[in-house]
Amino acid sequence: MTGAIWNLLLGLAWVLLSGDFTGLNLLVGMVFGYIALVLIEPQVSALKGYPARIPRIIRFLGFFLKELVQANLRVAFDIVTPPWHMQPGVIAMPLSARTEMEITMVANLISLTPGTLSLDVSDDRKVLYIHAMFLDDEEELRRNLKEMEHRALELFR
Amino acid sequence: MIEAIKGALLLTGSLFMLLAAVGLLRLPDLLTRMHATTKAAALGVILIMLAAAMHFAEVGVVARSFAIIVFILMTAPVAAHVIGRAGYFVGSRLWSGTVKDELRPNYDPLTHELKSGLETQENAKRQPRATDPD
Repeated sequence: MTGAIWNLLLGLAWVLLSGDFTGLNLLVGMVFGYIALVLIEPQVSALKGYPARIPRIIRFLGFFLKELVQANLRVAFDIVTPPWHMQPGVIAMPLSARTEMEITMVANLISLTPGTLSLDVSDDRKVLYIHAMFLDDEEELRRNLKEMEHRALELFR
Repeated sequence: MIEAIKGALLLTGSLFMLLAAVGLLRLPDLLTRMHATTKAAALGVILIMLAAAMHFAEVGVVARSFAIIVFILMTAPVAAHVIGRAGYFVGSRLWSGTVKDELRPNYDPLTHELKSGLETQENAKRQPRATDPD
């Protein structure tokens, strides 16, 4: 968190010093600020782990967009063709997310990908109940959900 | 070139929204309908907003369309979850082709208690940690 604030401050300083008050220039300043933070990371303990986070976020976004489009096409195909190929069902997924915040993020991400909708969390917060549209390959689905959870948790820890 | 990309974005965006509407009419039960409407519509809005951002290419419009995308991504899954959950617990029937339901046996309709099914083995194995929330 401190890393993000420093990055923003460095970007603002860049904008002030270069005197060009546009969004694009702020972006340029943020990029240079990020590079500066990467360079001084070994010396400043407060920045620990910040530089590694940005590529991780970008990779996660790529992975998530791929899943989103793929799953959307699958649901779309089933909607437009007359016979139903889907085999819906409710499955229980054991959670490795522990805090409320993490569970909220994971449940939201699962709800966002088409074909899966998070229904409820058990009272002891160990299991997430998910309604899935395509249960023909349950193992594959569980593996995908686990990978998504794992990648999402990496971002917050 | 830019024109073609914008057109493609707008067309696919509205196509996904049309699919969401068709899905709402065709799909057999509440939960599968929630699948179609929220996700396909969210993807449609995202594509259309990207097209708008590309068309105007001004800082104000781009910032606003990205804000719309972020808010759609934040609110759509929460709404889908709440509606789906409420419908499920109120007792709306699942489609006859539903292959399995692992929630029903763990739910007690009188006390509204929802078990995880992991109590017996897992609790014995897992050591409580200081960082655990209650």
